[in-house]
Amino acid sequence: MQWRHKDLLGLEELTAEEIDGILEQTRAFREVSQRTVKKVPALQGKTIVNLFLEPSTRTRASFELAAKRLSADIVNFQESSSSLAKGETLKDMARNIEALKVDCIVMRHASSGAPHLLARCVKASIINAGDGAHEHPTQALLDLFTIRDKIGKIEGLRVLFVGDITHSRVARSNIWGMSKFGAKVTVCGPRTLIPYDIGSLGVNVSHDLSSSIRECDVLYLLRIQHERQRRHLFPSNREYARFFGVNESLLNGARKNLLVLHPGPINRGVELSGDASEGPQSLILEQVTNGLAVRMAVLYLVSGSGES
Amino acid sequence: MPRIKSKIMDSRAIDQALTRIAHEILERNKDTSSLALVGLRTQGVYLAQRLAAKIKELNGAELKVGIMDITLYRDDVRGGILVPQVKETLIDFDLDGKKVVLVDDVLFTGRSIRCALDQLIDFGRPKEIQLAVLIDRGHRELPIRADYVGKNIPTAAGEQVVVRLKEGGGPDEVVIEEED
Repeated sequence: MQWRHKDLLGLEELTAEEIDGILEQTRAFREVSQRTVKKVPALQGKTIVNLFLEPSTRTRASFELAAKRLSADIVNFQESSSSLAKGETLKDMARNIEALKVDCIVMRHASSGAPHLLARCVKASIINAGDGAHEHPTQALLDLFTIRDKIGKIEGLRVLFVGDITHSRVARSNIWGMSKFGAKVTVCGPRTLIPYDIGSLGVNVSHDLSSSIRECDVLYLLRIQHERQRRHLFPSNREYARFFGVNESLLNGARKNLLVLHPGPINRGVELSGDASEGPQSLILEQVTNGLAVRMAVLYLVSGSGES
Repeated sequence: MPRIKSKIMDSRAIDQALTRIAHEILERNKDTSSLALVGLRTQGVYLAQRLAAKIKELNGAELKVGIMDITLYRDDVRGGILVPQVKETLIDFDLDGKKVVLVDDVLFTGRSIRCALDQLIDFGRPKEIQLAVLIDRGHRELPIRADYVGKNIPTAAGEQVVVRLKEGGGPDEVVIEEED
């Protein structure tokens, strides 16, 4: 495959062919994690920095494990212990990291566009691990991979995203990715959690989960982000769960071979009931396994782009 | 554009070479119960499958055939926009105590075989590793030699030895190509 970018900042700027290339590589990287010795020397001698300026456990751990399985060296920077807390600007911090001769920076930041700013001022490859409400490309790549692995294609699938669309970078990256492959995307949630202009991304809008759930092939539940709920966009968790929470009885009204995805961590009893999250339709744990493989594929991809 | 300089082997010659290698493998490994083949993607896999079929014909033994992709073990520095396609390694049997015959199409610098040896040892602890190649074209850069060779071809460093097999969509042939 061909890769012309220094960084991976989002799915918006990638072509369907480029995304397809990453997904094709992912299968091979998933196989590495099934071996007895789960490590290959592909990125020996490369240095990667995990720069997570917003709380995260699983994405950070997933990238860390991905780097280690490729034999790269990885260093973790966190907000609480970073020099940003001492007043250093993001650019200065990045230049200091670069002075340590790193090859790649995996970055999460609460502000949309922060990785793009960084990508312009350092030579190292930047991988966006989530920027504000903008994009979370490796999450969408792992979701696309998981769906394609199950169904064999994305084209023509009816995908329903339920929850807080406004704050969701997961939804945005997925909408970009899925639309490029010809899926029909519908977003569903209370009016307060759906941007009024979301239609400009080419998606349909629904406010009635029980009817929309009957007409989809993939049900993607978003996490209710309590940390971003300062403005009280819905009255209570109980009310949200009643109108937009998915449980076993709601799933009984859906297609039998419906796939249920969730980016984690789950708020049990809010967006998804316990029995539904562990049901046969749930791909939640496969998403985690595939996430590791996708991140290995992405690290391998950008690691060659700095040279020549 | 590369130009075909000469045709070294046709379908019949390839088949004869593989038949001879199958005989030699059986001669050297009397006990086939611990014998297995591992082909290097892509052409080595086709050759390993053909060898397994021939060995079954000759002696009735059904050997396991593993598939190995060495991309993640390569040490050549990547550059430019082309990303090597990584594929799965599929070895669904235990290598411990096995006699493994690695199978590849062309033995050149020996670097691919170095990758394959490293990877094989990460997968288990074979009792013995042997190497079978269809073509040995010389120019080794590492202390590696083949145990079974279909044909030795003296080449210049700038020439390309191209193996085409039916399984990959080509006619069965081995040709030497040269850049114009």
